[in-house]
Amino acid sequence: MSVFDIIGPRMVGPSSSHTAGALRLGLLTRALLGCTPERATIGLHGSFATTYQGHGTDRAVVAGLLGMAPDDPGIPDSLAVADRQGLEVVFEPIDLGAAAHLNTLRFDVAAGEESVSLVGASVGGGAVEVSHVNDHAVDLSGRFDTLLIQARDVPGTTATITQRLAATGINIAFLEVGREKRGREATMIIQTDHAIPDSVVDEIEDYEWVISTRRLSKVTD
Amino acid sequence: MLTSIAEIIDRTQANGVPIWRVVLTEEVEDTEQPEAAILERLAERLATMRSAVERGLSSDAPSVSGLLGGGARRFESWRQGEASVVGPFVGRVIARAQATMEVNARMGTIVATPTAGSSGILPAVLFTASDELGFSEDELVRGLLTAAGVGQVIVARASVSGAAGGCQAETGSAAAMAAAALTELRGGNPESVSHSVAFTLQGMLGLVCDPVAGLVEVPCLTRNVSGAVQAVAGSELALAGLHFPIPADEVIDVMGEIGDQLDERYRETARGGLAATPTGQRLAGSVRWEGPGFENTNAARARDLARAAGLAPDG
Repeated sequence: MSVFDIIGPRMVGPSSSHTAGALRLGLLTRALLGCTPERATIGLHGSFATTYQGHGTDRAVVAGLLGMAPDDPGIPDSLAVADRQGLEVVFEPIDLGAAAHLNTLRFDVAAGEESVSLVGASVGGGAVEVSHVNDHAVDLSGRFDTLLIQARDVPGTTATITQRLAATGINIAFLEVGREKRGREATMIIQTDHAIPDSVVDEIEDYEWVISTRRLSKVTD
Repeated sequence: MLTSIAEIIDRTQANGVPIWRVVLTEEVEDTEQPEAAILERLAERLATMRSAVERGLSSDAPSVSGLLGGGARRFESWRQGEASVVGPFVGRVIARAQATMEVNARMGTIVATPTAGSSGILPAVLFTASDELGFSEDELVRGLLTAAGVGQVIVARASVSGAAGGCQAETGSAAAMAAAALTELRGGNPESVSHSVAFTLQGMLGLVCDPVAGLVEVPCLTRNVSGAVQAVAGSELALAGLHFPIPADEVIDVMGEIGDQLDERYRETARGGLAATPTGQRLAGSVRWEGPGFENTNAARARDLARAAGLAPDG
């Protein structure tokens, strides 16, 4: 929690949760996909379902998918930009149950053959919490550069990757390792204090037991 | 991470420094950023806040919905006339709280302090203090640090989100932050800053979030006026040497507890309070959703979907 979370973000109005926070969830989804989506279905839960238009949530979410920052003056025009760039967006009200935060969004986005999903809440003052990535439960705040790794569940994978990061001087803030079943696929979620260079991610991708990697750049101070 | 006002006061006493210094030291340790970079970035945020106030006071442009526009400028002119009784300090505070909120409602650039829906309060109090009492830019940046420390404690113990805790969590928090900044700028010691937080937030307890048509406009703009005036009163009470008997941390905790108990209707869903009155519903039906970028197939599709689900007003 930085002072810039409280005195900020610097943003286009009118709502830090419904505009700036929603935009950040869009930015995270874009990062997860790795490019501007061609198709996006955005599920709106709770307060988002009833009040998204008046807060410009639709424009903010699309601005995030297009890669705009929370203070980009182009946010009010983002829907027109999306049309021009061939991003097709559908908004639909959804019910994620009483336990979900009232300001929760679900993104299902695709470009070409690639598709990803992300569920996250805008929890106030522009802060966000991502609860699901590709329907895997996660707990991400967007405050750290994050590397998501899908790997085969073989011994030594965690040690290899943490040593590779340490050799580049990258400090790990949070590390989470989980798997569905022994010997199958394992998921590693690494949140770091420093951005991980492309070359290091490429190297990690080349390990024969790595199935895929995804990166989420930090979106919050 | 700062999690209690009591702990902040302890640190001011242990180190013989003011609150803003405790907050700055914590930020340097947490983020490993140099002090000068943090101060420079805060000064940039302060400049954005100032620019929003100035634009709000000089333009009658309507909000995206058309519900707001021109109120700040009209009040600024009224408060300078002979009929106004509030005096220059409170008069400026009332005008400026409206100014930022009008800019916010027309999708202008503001700084969320701590949220966009409560972004009118801190700049209204700080820039009025600067104009009326002569504080420098450096002093105002310190005010931002003091305010941020209080905001961090509130986030740690309760919430600053209207959807989580109602309007008390948004404008109540902003008012408590503004009171703390003003009290420390005016020479109040850390204990009186703490009392100013308690005096201010106790007066905002229970306030629901009930935005008409779901917009950050009515009653958000005038709730920012209430919060800003409450902040000035809370600061004055503390500077006069009065003590609020419940400690600030406990007032913050109870704000969080009340927020947890608030029905969903009163947490930014636009289904209760002023939003649900006959006139609130009529206004929601008359809002023009069209604005810059809204004449668009995506928006039209979204609107139709929401209407089909009974979630957005016709009209």
